Amino acid sequence: MSLKSAPKKKRWSWRSQAFRGLIYQIVAIGVIVLGVWFLASNTLTNMRVRGIQSGFDFLNQPAGFSIGESLFPFDSAESYWRAFWVGLANTLRVAVVGIILATLLGTVIGIGRFSRNALVRGLCSTYVECFRNIPVLLQLLMWYLLLTEMLPSIQNAWQAGPFFLSKGGFNYPIPIWQAGHAWALAGLVIGIALAWLYHGWARRQFEATGIIKSMFWVPLGVVLASALLAWLLGGAPSALDSPVKGEFSVENGGALTPEFLAMLLGLTIYTASFISEVVRSGIASVSRGQTEAAAALGLDPGLEIRLIVLPQALRVIIPPLTNQYLNLTKNSSLAVAIGYPDLISIANTAMNQTGRAVECIAIVMAVYLTISLLTSLLMNSYNKRVAIQER
Amino acid sequence: MSALSYQPILPRPAPRHASGALAWLRSNLFSDVKTGLSTIILGGLLLWFIPPFLNWSLFNAVWTPDVQACRAVQESAACWGVIAEKYRLIIFGRYPFDQQWRPLIATVLMMLMLVASCIRVFWKPWLAGSWIAVLTVFFILMYGNSLGLAKVPTDSWGGLPLTILLATLSIVMAFPIALLVALGRRADLPAIRVFCSLYVELIRGVPLISVLFMASFMFPLFMPPGLTIDVLIRVLVGITLFNAAYLAEVVRGGLQAVPKGQIEAAATLGLSYWQIQRKIVLPQALAMVVPSIVNSIIATFKDTSLVSIVSLYELTGALDMAINADANWKPFKLQGYMFIAIIYFIFCFSMSRYSQWVERQVNKSKLR
Amino acid sequence: MNLKKLKAAAAVVATVGTLIAAPAQAGKTLDAVKAHGQVVCGVHTGLAGFSAADSAGKWAGLDVDICRAVAAAVLGNSEKVKYVPLTAQQRLTALQSGEIDLLSRNTTFTLTRDASLGLNDTVVTYYDGQGFIVPKRSKITSAKQLKNQTVCVQSGTTTEKNLTDYSKANNLNIKTVVFEKEEAATAAYFAGRCISYTTDASGLASIRNKVAPVPADHLILPELVSKEPLGPMVRRGDDEWFAIVKWVIYGLIEAEEYGITQAQVDQLKASSQNPAVKRILGSGDDTGKLLGLDKDWMSNALKATGNYGEIFERNVGPKSALGLPRGLNNQWNKGGLMYAYPLR
Repeated sequence: MSLKSAPKKKRWSWRSQAFRGLIYQIVAIGVIVLGVWFLASNTLTNMRVRGIQSGFDFLNQPAGFSIGESLFPFDSAESYWRAFWVGLANTLRVAVVGIILATLLGTVIGIGRFSRNALVRGLCSTYVECFRNIPVLLQLLMWYLLLTEMLPSIQNAWQAGPFFLSKGGFNYPIPIWQAGHAWALAGLVIGIALAWLYHGWARRQFEATGIIKSMFWVPLGVVLASALLAWLLGGAPSALDSPVKGEFSVENGGALTPEFLAMLLGLTIYTASFISEVVRSGIASVSRGQTEAAAALGLDPGLEIRLIVLPQALRVIIPPLTNQYLNLTKNSSLAVAIGYPDLISIANTAMNQTGRAVECIAIVMAVYLTISLLTSLLMNSYNKRVAIQER
Repeated sequence: MSALSYQPILPRPAPRHASGALAWLRSNLFSDVKTGLSTIILGGLLLWFIPPFLNWSLFNAVWTPDVQACRAVQESAACWGVIAEKYRLIIFGRYPFDQQWRPLIATVLMMLMLVASCIRVFWKPWLAGSWIAVLTVFFILMYGNSLGLAKVPTDSWGGLPLTILLATLSIVMAFPIALLVALGRRADLPAIRVFCSLYVELIRGVPLISVLFMASFMFPLFMPPGLTIDVLIRVLVGITLFNAAYLAEVVRGGLQAVPKGQIEAAATLGLSYWQIQRKIVLPQALAMVVPSIVNSIIATFKDTSLVSIVSLYELTGALDMAINADANWKPFKLQGYMFIAIIYFIFCFSMSRYSQWVERQVNKSKLR
Repeated sequence: MNLKKLKAAAAVVATVGTLIAAPAQAGKTLDAVKAHGQVVCGVHTGLAGFSAADSAGKWAGLDVDICRAVAAAVLGNSEKVKYVPLTAQQRLTALQSGEIDLLSRNTTFTLTRDASLGLNDTVVTYYDGQGFIVPKRSKITSAKQLKNQTVCVQSGTTTEKNLTDYSKANNLNIKTVVFEKEEAATAAYFAGRCISYTTDASGLASIRNKVAPVPADHLILPELVSKEPLGPMVRRGDDEWFAIVKWVIYGLIEAEEYGITQAQVDQLKASSQNPAVKRILGSGDDTGKLLGLDKDWMSNALKATGNYGEIFERNVGPKSALGLPRGLNNQWNKGGLMYAYPLR
């Protein structure tokens, strides 16, 4: 009996999975391209018929509007480009500070849910349930209402030394920039380098002799001492631009507007409730045997958390934490409802003044996409470095 | 060697009674010095703040819709009269006053349907049919223009019915899209994988408010000249596309957790791709991610509050509209906010409790 | 997978697609209005005196009356209007996109809006200016005293730009707090967040009367820092509809000039011998035919809303809740700027 050779598989037959796959993909691409072309041609037609102009050339024209608060000075004669940068700076300002504060608060509350004290446990649970179940827009509006209604008017501002708190915001003194401050900055940089060297030396000592050196307080002291020394050497400039209560407003000094404070409070408290859940699930994922073994080895609770629990918990914490950071950044776009001039608020104004809806929305989406991608990349690289990888 | 003598030791006292309220207090609140101290401090703070708050919000508060009474106690007590006066405007938005029985019935029906879908007893094949029936009745009641009911255009819909409608419809429509996109991201065909990944990453990277702006400003430009779409449909499409991207990621996590052996075994049995997905993979995958899906539903429900920025007057927008225009009740806006915060809290808290129950049910199969 | 084959296939599909051209047709608004049987009119969400709905859902105001006049002229019935309340951000794109036929929402005519947004300004129905409102306890009596102060403003309006221009021109360094919604902006002003709120003077009067907790505590400053000619707008590309709206408004203004009131329309139509009155009311030359409307277009409009003076008195005049004087909005022969082109 001769073995019949296997039937030739026809390359182009419907029975071939590869061929079917190719056809499906061609159809899918065709449908998508057709759809995109349909939308694009409709848009172009509509814009032509209605005489709406398009293009990004408006970005170089003077903006014509002023912005309530910004990190760097902005004048209404500057271009739309610069206005968008101001908006982006405002968004990043509230997002970065919010992320830091929310992480701290969330971690504290997440750990608090494991406390031996039932009262602390109950309070943390109440906090989480309360703030998780109310929409963030509502929380922002409530905080803004509280801040503008409850705080005193500027004439009756609460004052503590050079600090003022009123409906006009929180005013604080800022140091006036002089040469000595550049010295202080240089000293700070040198201090950080010295602390890094100390860190390496302390680790080598630990590995050689097993004696634990202080890894936090000494480097911090070195950095601060070096900055202080440099500041003294630079002439110890201490001139402050202090706020002064004028007739209807507080002038000079630095200011945090009620809009910024409301955004910060609302976003921090809302996101911290989610972060505490993430931290809680991370710590809960570390098996009890680990903490018991650490206790059996004689590690004190501080070392146990730092060396045993945290690295294992971080593996579970970091991906959802990244998600929460991205959520906070995206939720900062709600600033448009309470008058904080973030990127979307400025894009809105530009859209109304120039009519270029498509271009402005495209810019906004591109910027948020970039921020999201960068944050994800950063957190992923941190994840790889810090969390232990199993075999 | 001396003989080992038996030395009886005195019996130890019986263990302390370790149950009861006192023992619980001792172990949970006062177990050691630090804990005891923190209990005292926290307890003191609570005792200091909570009674005045209760006084302000409950005991001294004004419950009747009387502006003078409210003004009189403005500094020291809450005025819930603003709710008594404006609750119909807040809950039903701009719906014509005398027709408000229609959204009331429609909302109650929809909520009953949602609750019924959560209870295992009702998970029968006729559930899908009854869903379609309830949705049809909902639209007929709300829109009217037939069966003798007056026509109410969609821009008058508002308040709680609009919130529930947006949340329910967008989840129901987003789910099939999410399934397809999640399967597409794991497909072998590179074109489909690329498109699905692009869609998900693009939508997840931008805030919902920019998607809503795009929906309300740009969708009309996308349509052929002369064709206008209702603003409600535009917003619904925007929210649906947004939710579909997030749900797709959740479903993809579930798909990844299904062991490869399942698919290989199914392939050796001769099942086709769609049969494998339908009968083997998806049931396991979805069961694993039900808590995350319910989290997505809760998030969608909260996100409907954003449509007030594009001028659809759902609950938050209806509150603004009800109170801002009326100078008499404007000082009591905070009470209005608290009222709708309580409404949202009730809905979302119930849903999260339900998700914990579902998680327990699903995990029952894992208990040995 | 053979990616190369895929790329080739994609290129083929893309080229074929671009060869098919999409037909483009400008919409004819008049035909659409007659087909739908109603005029879709974009109005304010709630500005007393201009366009506001009462709790029964009935719209009233100066802008609303213009819509009703146009509907009466085109369709014969002033109730055949669908009112679409729009915020300041949505109004222009709603008109551009075709969602509404007519934007009657106290919108300022500017060069940018006329030239680059694809819109056409019709006729000014209210000559206004931008002003400031301050609380009396601030003791500010002039806009020049607003140096370094915070002013609340709504985004998406000419107000923001004018405020900046005024601040620059007078070196006032005003800090703006910009809100998306007008209610949020006025709420912040009345809460005390800003020392002043700025918008058109007519809007200030409306807000002071309807929204201020104690209207007497607030003062509208005397300076008008800009010219704000307010009026209805239509889309570009439809000259026929543009002419219709323009001439309905001119008809309303000219009717006041010739003393045709709402109550007297029928009587004057039957008995007047003045050729101008006869042309307006359709008992003389048929001007409606030239516009594509029927003979009684103007008399229908006048019967529905009355002439411009009556509309003004009813909604924003000295005896109404807003109490605004005719001022610049009076007839040309009485010291104002309302100069109707002759309907002939």
